[in-house]
Amino acid sequence: MTKSDLIEAVAAKGSLTKDKASIVVNSIFDMMVEALKKGDRIEIRNFGNFTVRKYPAYTGRNPKTGKPVSVGEKSMPFFKVGLGLKAKVDKK
Amino acid sequence: MTKADIIETVYDKLGGYSKREAAELVEIVFETLKDTLAKSEKVKISGFGNFVVREKKARMGRNPQTKKPIEISARKVLTFKPSQVLKTTLNK
Repeated sequence: MTKSDLIEAVAAKGSLTKDKASIVVNSIFDMMVEALKKGDRIEIRNFGNFTVRKYPAYTGRNPKTGKPVSVGEKSMPFFKVGLGLKAKVDKK
Repeated sequence: MTKADIIETVYDKLGGYSKREAAELVEIVFETLKDTLAKSEKVKISGFGNFVVREKKARMGRNPQTKKPIEISARKVLTFKPSQVLKTTLNK
């Protein structure tokens, strides 16, 4: 499923136009990006939490040449699956 | 940030819908995502990332308290792979 499939599904289920559905879907993901940019944590019950994790700088190696390269510190988004969804995905 | 904040923004951006309707629409988005992932179908949101269900094989683990070896059963887990765009945004 892509974002446009999601928009279509929301339009059908919520009986609203595709334009309106795309406002709903896009504002959700835009907001999440903005929150993460600020380093905020996002908590969606029964879905999961998004947090930003900071990773320290380290010296890596170019796997092709074996040359050491320094990798600067970086921030990465991290998703922790919520309990409800975790169980739903793994239902036996 | 929580779902309540998301509903607030969607309500503002949508216009012409009540808060209750906005809440319902946000709910539809997350329910659709959950139902799709429950079917082990991948969800790709451009500019945000991909949610992928991965099948894990059974493996041997150990109860760290009793040190007793136990089998960790085969299971499905949900992983989130952030998009390159999101990673870049967070490191600007």
